[in-house]
Amino acid sequence: MGKYITKRILLALVTAFVVASATFFIMNMVPGGPFLGEKAVTPAAQEALEAKFGLDKPLSEQYTTYMNDLLHGDLGPSLKKRGRTVNDIIATKFPVSAKLGGMAILIAFFVGVPLGSYAAFHRGKLIDNIIILFSTAGIAIPSFLSSTLLMYFLSAQWGLLPSKGLNSPACYIMPVIALALHPTSYIARLMRSSMLDVMGQDYMRTARAKGVSQVKSIFKHALRNAILPVVTYLGPLTAQLMTGSFIIEKIFVIPGLGSEFVGAITSRDYPLIMGTTIFLAMFIITLNVIVDILYAVIDPRIKLK
Amino acid sequence: MTAENKEKKNTNNILSLQLKVDDFLPASAEEKQAVVKERESVSFFKDGIRRFRRNKIAMAALIAVILIMLLAFIVPMFYPYSYDAQMKGSERLAPMQYSETELERIAAGESVFPHLLGTDQNGRDYAIRVLMGARVSLTVGIVASAIVLLIGSTYGAVAGYFGGKLDLIMMRFVDILYTVPDVLIIILLASTLKYPLESLAQMPGFSWIQTIGPNMISMFLVFGLLYWVGMARIVRSQVMILKQSEYVTAAKALGAGNGRIIKKHLLTNCIGTLIVTTTLQIPSSIFTESFLSFLGLGVQAPMPSLGSLASAALNGLQSYPYRLFAPAFMIFIIILSFNLLGDGLRDAFDPKLKN
Repeated sequence: MGKYITKRILLALVTAFVVASATFFIMNMVPGGPFLGEKAVTPAAQEALEAKFGLDKPLSEQYTTYMNDLLHGDLGPSLKKRGRTVNDIIATKFPVSAKLGGMAILIAFFVGVPLGSYAAFHRGKLIDNIIILFSTAGIAIPSFLSSTLLMYFLSAQWGLLPSKGLNSPACYIMPVIALALHPTSYIARLMRSSMLDVMGQDYMRTARAKGVSQVKSIFKHALRNAILPVVTYLGPLTAQLMTGSFIIEKIFVIPGLGSEFVGAITSRDYPLIMGTTIFLAMFIITLNVIVDILYAVIDPRIKLK
Repeated sequence: MTAENKEKKNTNNILSLQLKVDDFLPASAEEKQAVVKERESVSFFKDGIRRFRRNKIAMAALIAVILIMLLAFIVPMFYPYSYDAQMKGSERLAPMQYSETELERIAAGESVFPHLLGTDQNGRDYAIRVLMGARVSLTVGIVASAIVLLIGSTYGAVAGYFGGKLDLIMMRFVDILYTVPDVLIIILLASTLKYPLESLAQMPGFSWIQTIGPNMISMFLVFGLLYWVGMARIVRSQVMILKQSEYVTAAKALGAGNGRIIKKHLLTNCIGTLIVTTTLQIPSSIFTESFLSFLGLGVQAPMPSLGSLASAALNGLQSYPYRLFAPAFMIFIIILSFNLLGDGLRDAFDPKLKN
């Protein structure tokens, strides 16, 4: 177990290093470096700016300064928002996105798992087919489409829900549904097939044969085993929700990190793009490690590997 | 002893080495008939196709995919409008509506092809733009999957076949790439790669970059860099099992080189897995492409893509909702039918891959 966890953490550290370095070198492909952008300025101003951001130094030195700053948690200043640092922006915007994403994960998990299990218990019946139909369709809709369609019908056409902002609890309904639709469908499908797999196992028959009630056998034996693939999916899911929220926040005009990121892409605020990428990447990598460790705790078999 | 007795003795003793004369007589017509095959032997491929044909949903998905391909690649060739031709005076037409000049032409007895989905704010026929958008999305999906197939299968096969330290190093690299949040890196690359690509396009011999578009190329680069890891893992585990089979030993004994064994024996025997994984890669690439285009990092104007059409339609959602519905429906159908086709292929050719 200890060895497994150490290995996971080491791998995560290497990944974090690779992502941070890649971000730096990719950003240096922008003419003039990330702090200048491609806008033409007078030579004198250019020199002054280069000196200010240390761009006159050789690349290797810039890289070490950058990595050093990163280790101290300093993501630098924003290019377009005068006087604000990237850290500052992330600190104010991230909680909004995290709240939205967290709600979507909870919905995806607590709707997807029962739905998938229910379909598996009623295999081949009408309800199973309906659940399969909806989850297959749900997987094929990108989040930007589900959100725009929701907005068109629920808000523009029928006027049921507010279309933008996060001022009232009702504002959360559409973005969270749009964000949760894809993962809920995915989890339902995953759960259904793994539940069917588990139900066919010998130990399920044994449990029933020795007199364990149907309900108890499902909760104590089937669910615990069938949920494992879903747990492994939670890591990639958070990454997906983070990126999915870029567009959803933009569409619903939510002041989160996602809309900030999209705004940074359009306004070419490279330090902000760079900082947000690194922050989100570290966040996702950390969550992946936690999920991996959690997985080892739930499934004792993994320790052997 | 009579001859009859002798024969009886032979049949009794099973250990006797004496040969029976009867065994060497020519076969009778009846015996020959018994050896004739009653049924054709079923090859792996035929078996898969048979299973696939029986799957109604998968067949429907296949038909849908073929129809979409026809719509996206063949129909635009014969379509009376072009996706980038701006017609003066016919801006913002509703579906099936004609502009004034066109009405005059109709009055003069000419036949004018209707704008099935109207026109956009620049007077471009919207139906053909949706079809061209589908073409762009499909092209990106298919080319990206081909890149993934090429890199992933080669990498996975080499790692799995040679094993040992090489495998360890190669797979650690895959592990790292696997945990890299790909969409973030894609956005980063898509927003920066166009500068080096644009300067490269200025050089002689690289003008093709401008024709395809730097954004499109950076998208392919990204797929080639990051998306092959899943394929590499699957192929590696298959190759590790296959390399222990007798035919590989036989090929080695006959003096076949490593490259030949990988190409001729190992990868050809993974064909089911390769087909299934590649098919399922197409919708996921299209997903990413439409996501990037929606963000404005995809293909460049005037070339439409389903994602950028949907994004552009957002501004006029109240007045022209069908401009969102048309590309949205197209994306939905494309992804859905490719997903179902992939699922069907998996059930038919690679039942083990389920889950």
